[in-house]
Amino acid sequence: MQNDVIIAGFGGQGVMLIGKMLAYAGMNQGKEVSWLPSYGPEMRGGTSNCTVVISDKPVASPVIQSPRALLAMNLPSLDKFEPRVKPGGLILINSSLIKRDAVRTDVRVLKVPANDVANELDNPKGANMVALGAYVGATRAVDVAEMEALIRKTFAAKPKLIDRNIEAFHRGYAIGEAGVK
Amino acid sequence: MIQTVFQKPDSLASVITHYCPGCTHGVIHRMVGEVLDELGVRDRTVGVSPVGCSVLAYNYFETDFHEASHGRAPAVATGIKRARPDLIVFAYQGDGDLASIGMGEIIHCANRGEKITVIFVNNAIYGMTGGQMAPTTMPNQVATTCPMGRDVEQAGWPIRMAELVSALRTPAYVARASSHSPLHTVQAKAMIRRAFQYQVEGTCFSMVEVLSTCPTNWGLPPNEADRWLEEQMMPYYPLGVFKTPDGRDRAPKPLPADE
Amino acid sequence: MAKKLMKGAEAIGEAAIRAGCRLFFGYPITPQNEIPEYLSHRLPQVGGTFVQAESEVAASNMLYGAAGTGERVFTSSSSPGISLMQEAISYMAGSQLPVVIVNIMRAGPGLGGILPAQGDYLQSTKGGGHGDYRLLVLAPNSVQEAADLVIEAFDLADYYRNPVLVVGDGLIGQMMEPVEFKDDYAPVRPLPPKTWASTGHTGGEKPRSIINSLFLDPEVLEKHNQALQAKYAEMEKNEIRYEGYGLDGDYDVLIVAYGTVARVCQTAMEELEADGVRVAMIRPISLYPYPSQAVREAAEKASGVLVVELSAGQMIEDVRLALEGRRPIHFHGRTGGMLATPEEIVDKVRRIVEGRGGKS
Repeated sequence: MQNDVIIAGFGGQGVMLIGKMLAYAGMNQGKEVSWLPSYGPEMRGGTSNCTVVISDKPVASPVIQSPRALLAMNLPSLDKFEPRVKPGGLILINSSLIKRDAVRTDVRVLKVPANDVANELDNPKGANMVALGAYVGATRAVDVAEMEALIRKTFAAKPKLIDRNIEAFHRGYAIGEAGVK
Repeated sequence: MIQTVFQKPDSLASVITHYCPGCTHGVIHRMVGEVLDELGVRDRTVGVSPVGCSVLAYNYFETDFHEASHGRAPAVATGIKRARPDLIVFAYQGDGDLASIGMGEIIHCANRGEKITVIFVNNAIYGMTGGQMAPTTMPNQVATTCPMGRDVEQAGWPIRMAELVSALRTPAYVARASSHSPLHTVQAKAMIRRAFQYQVEGTCFSMVEVLSTCPTNWGLPPNEADRWLEEQMMPYYPLGVFKTPDGRDRAPKPLPADE
Repeated sequence: MAKKLMKGAEAIGEAAIRAGCRLFFGYPITPQNEIPEYLSHRLPQVGGTFVQAESEVAASNMLYGAAGTGERVFTSSSSPGISLMQEAISYMAGSQLPVVIVNIMRAGPGLGGILPAQGDYLQSTKGGGHGDYRLLVLAPNSVQEAADLVIEAFDLADYYRNPVLVVGDGLIGQMMEPVEFKDDYAPVRPLPPKTWASTGHTGGEKPRSIINSLFLDPEVLEKHNQALQAKYAEMEKNEIRYEGYGLDGDYDVLIVAYGTVARVCQTAMEELEADGVRVAMIRPISLYPYPSQAVREAAEKASGVLVVELSAGQMIEDVRLALEGRRPIHFHGRTGGMLATPEEIVDKVRRIVEGRGGKS
């Protein structure tokens, strides 16, 4: 069993961070993981991105040409990576910023208004947590308890952010969970 | 009863050197050897020999040695000293080695303030390779790669290393001496001793530039070579102490007011 | 110690410290800057020394000087910087100094690019600098293996009194994977005392130590070279490392790949096997000495061999030497920082099976 995802967005949207958190959570629950930052021609075109693989056995290629999932936080990311998603795979679209539908019809598409939800929670920087929650909710790639523990650890230096980000994660998780039912 | 009044320093090996007659490398080796003996540091000294005439210096000193690649002796010495700060480390380099191919290494070694000692032998020519132009070759001086004499329009002026290194802000001891006469060697030995003393005390980087003759490649008998050094080199390469570790930064003079 | 998610570059730096190395000399170059950056804050914490040299030329010569004292020393760089170090590497091989060098390879030639490549295979394994010498060359395929091999590289360097080069690509340096360091580090084999180190000559007790590669007498130099060659022969006997994938079963195509590329090939293999294409792989871990015999034996079962590299074809020369024409050899290479993808490899293997793979 393997989950892999390309998480992409503008620099500053926190896509590298949620990728690392995903990898950490996977590792903490005993899975094999890899996290690979934008490298190669990927760096061009207005997106910063990372590839995360979470697997039951040692990760073969850390480079994923056709990911099982794409988490697109902005339009250039969707434009760039949509064609590469594996047939039958999953595309999460940050519908707060991306005003188009997916072109692909052979994949599952889930719209997540990550920024709107974050704003609602008065946590505008927490859009990435909403998106992360949606991905985990839709894929169950890692355990919720593990993710919560990791959010506590990640924001240990800013205790005020812990509960707000856990809240954002859960709002996203609910959207993800509902979306695949 | 016979009393020994003069003998080879313990820090020099009992071997015959390959240096040409009239060359002052032997004199400079001896001064370094005497200083190592006097300071009692021979058993914790590691020398670094260059590529150039003194490439085989490791055979002539009774100390541990590293043979460096061309110009890199200050980097090699840095490595030794950083690995083992308790060792006394000196680099022995010629003008092609230090002032041409190794310019980057000597400047940065001095600028980092590595607590090592550099003995820089300047004889204004490449010796080992057969008399080519050096960065310190004098204007109009003939060498095998400037057969019409050094053309400063093409090759620039000879580089004054003691002045150059002493311009760095990092505290250091930088001096220039000569080795062509007994009187000058007394001064040179005092400078070399001071340079090593600073290292023993862990004070600073030290470099002594020693003017030296090369009768073979200058094409002069030794006595005339001594005279040539005094008349041609010394006016351009003044002797003296250029920098001491307690010396201040040389602040620029204010710009002259508009006239 | 518990597993920690670490960037490859940081794991490499930490591995050097775990191996007891306290001296790093280096110069910044992308994509390996995280190694010196990590060590610049970690080494002082453990009483070590970090020196940023003025150039790779100087850094490698500092390495030469420091290694001559018998201390464990380390540098890292990337392709253009490694080219500048070739002078000192030749001197260190000639002077028989134990040093560990990491090359996070980037695309060349020249300034090239900063993206992953394997274009330094020939430089690493066939010389690089002047003269008859060899480096022990190890190529990890994961962050954990990079850390393990760097630690072992220090032992191997000490054991053979020889520079050891660990080559990775930009992926190894940049990606994060779980790493586990053992709490108690012990050498994997008894290491000889460093009686050759130059740490001061104490009169009659210890003979004078001269760290040197200059032998003007041709007879003496030839003897020195013969001793070096005997040492390399011993390495060839003892230090061959590789990993096999599916070599026990039956297969039509044998893939030969090293480093992270081998992992991309693994993914391709999974896809091929699901489709009933029989394929196996051998992954050289030691690039010198090269696992020639293992490659030859593994190729016997296959009707064709596919070499995959992030180069225009460098390791393929060692595969050719190993197979001596026994099997057709096909090649898939990407250069310039482009990565080989599982899809490309799947496609190439299919074409080989269908008899239209094109020979190398």
